[in-house]
Amino acid sequence: MFWNEQAECMGREEKEKLQLERLQKTVKLAYENVEFYKKRFDEAGLKPEDIKTLKDIEKIPFTTKSDLREAYPLGLLAVPRDEIVEIHASSGTTGKPTVTAYTQNDLEIWGECIARGLKMAGAEKDYIIQNAYGYGLFTGGFGIHHGGNKMGAITVPISAGNTQRQLDTMIDFQTDILTCTPSYAMYLGESREKAGISLDEINLKAGIHGAEMWTDEMRKRIETSLGIKTFNIYGLTEVMGPGVSQECEYQNGMHIQDDQFYPEIINSETGETLDYGEEGELVLTSLTKTGMPILRFRTKDLTSLIGEKCECGRTTVRMTRITGRSDDMLKIKGVMVFPSQIEKALLKVTGATPNYLIHVTRPDILDEVEVKVEASKELFSDEMKEMARVEKEIQSSIRSETGLRVDVTICEPESLPRSEGKAVRVIDERNLK
Amino acid sequence: MVVKQISIFVENKEGRIKKAIDTLAKQNINIRALSIADTTKYGILRLIVSDNEKAIEALENDNFIVKENEVIILAVPDKPNGLNSTLAVFDEKGINLEYLYAFVSSKTDEAIVVMRLENMEKAIEALNESNVKILDVDDIKDL
Repeated sequence: MFWNEQAECMGREEKEKLQLERLQKTVKLAYENVEFYKKRFDEAGLKPEDIKTLKDIEKIPFTTKSDLREAYPLGLLAVPRDEIVEIHASSGTTGKPTVTAYTQNDLEIWGECIARGLKMAGAEKDYIIQNAYGYGLFTGGFGIHHGGNKMGAITVPISAGNTQRQLDTMIDFQTDILTCTPSYAMYLGESREKAGISLDEINLKAGIHGAEMWTDEMRKRIETSLGIKTFNIYGLTEVMGPGVSQECEYQNGMHIQDDQFYPEIINSETGETLDYGEEGELVLTSLTKTGMPILRFRTKDLTSLIGEKCECGRTTVRMTRITGRSDDMLKIKGVMVFPSQIEKALLKVTGATPNYLIHVTRPDILDEVEVKVEASKELFSDEMKEMARVEKEIQSSIRSETGLRVDVTICEPESLPRSEGKAVRVIDERNLK
Repeated sequence: MVVKQISIFVENKEGRIKKAIDTLAKQNINIRALSIADTTKYGILRLIVSDNEKAIEALENDNFIVKENEVIILAVPDKPNGLNSTLAVFDEKGINLEYLYAFVSSKTDEAIVVMRLENMEKAIEALNESNVKILDVDDIKDL
């Protein structure tokens, strides 16, 4: 039931000793080989030797996404170029893409992290893994692929899209595990029902889903419509990709591979480190990667850490479901709103899909919000007054969740923008400068 | 007594109605009656077609949202007071009209009216007691 029992069930004291050793090594590597880190350390009057305890990590300056953008494309390498074997990049929807480079050993580490997660989802060497994450610069497809290879399972690199083929593959190959974004898993579940394929015809056991935010309501829908147990996976391109953490069968927080990545939670306004159980921004430091080591990266993801040993027996620190992004937070008419609240509100309305887009504008001096929701068969009616009633219901559900009065527009299925299979949730066209 | 109508959700943007009609044409489906209810954001396209099952399948394959529901189709004298006397049947019983659309056929001297009422059961009862001509599936095939 464990892929790497030694690493995943290690005692706290032993783990911390290992983390410190690895942290010191990583800091030294970064300081000596990456100009950016040397400059940052020097400015802070810090030397690698000053990191004597794990607590000393707090002395290291944060690294942000814009630091990575400035180093575009390969300014943060800590090894000679000839040691790099693979490159991935974030989509760059909010600016220049950020690039991550991997050595052969980095890919092994990535594969190791994913293999641990696959095992948590029940995978064995003879399992068929239908990998419907996009293959390409996006880390989703290749990350899972490296893990499948590491485990020796059978990976089907089907990539995202072509729903008919996905369903055919599930039936013909009797896929055991589906890996894709949660919104695509929902769509596949709906498509299965629509195509009249019974759960007996497919033999799916588990789904590993991540790369975008999802809620418990969405989890229930995916689990019912595909007849599976789902496992939330977390990761980000800047740090490695998926596999930084993942849920085990208890679905109670995601196990961070903390022998590879050191997690901290900070107050995103003050930068001060918070205790376990307190909600704040996740900060990650790589402990073993050498191609592009990363120190105290501010993920902008809001979560909290759980230190206690899990029922599954693993001792790795867990992180709770991401509740938002510190930069995803919208301030509309002075009210703080997270897209996840809109999603929650939508799932309370019968027939409403969690496929939505929040469009914020400021035509004059006041903010206006339009929430576009993709229609579904259950939600549609031939009668105008029923359609108006549904719009009203969605409107008041959003109002009771966020306190905001928004305009609701129902639009055609699959008409809202998606990038790399990830749904685009917010378009903010206010000029706030 | 009742005839099945299909309704299609169409966003109020360029080419969407054309796309729906195009889908039906490709399947060789004949449209017998049509109406559009619209708002600034979207419209509901209501159709009486020659083959509902085939139409729904084709439209859903093209990602349209389609619903099938019951309507009453009546033949109304194509002359002044024709529709008025028919509506009086519902008025007397206090049955509310949800929507209606009408067309004339070259084959009869009656106007054809498609109706959806708040209470379909009561509406049919009222019609049976009156002398209004109700059309069924076979009647509209020949129009």
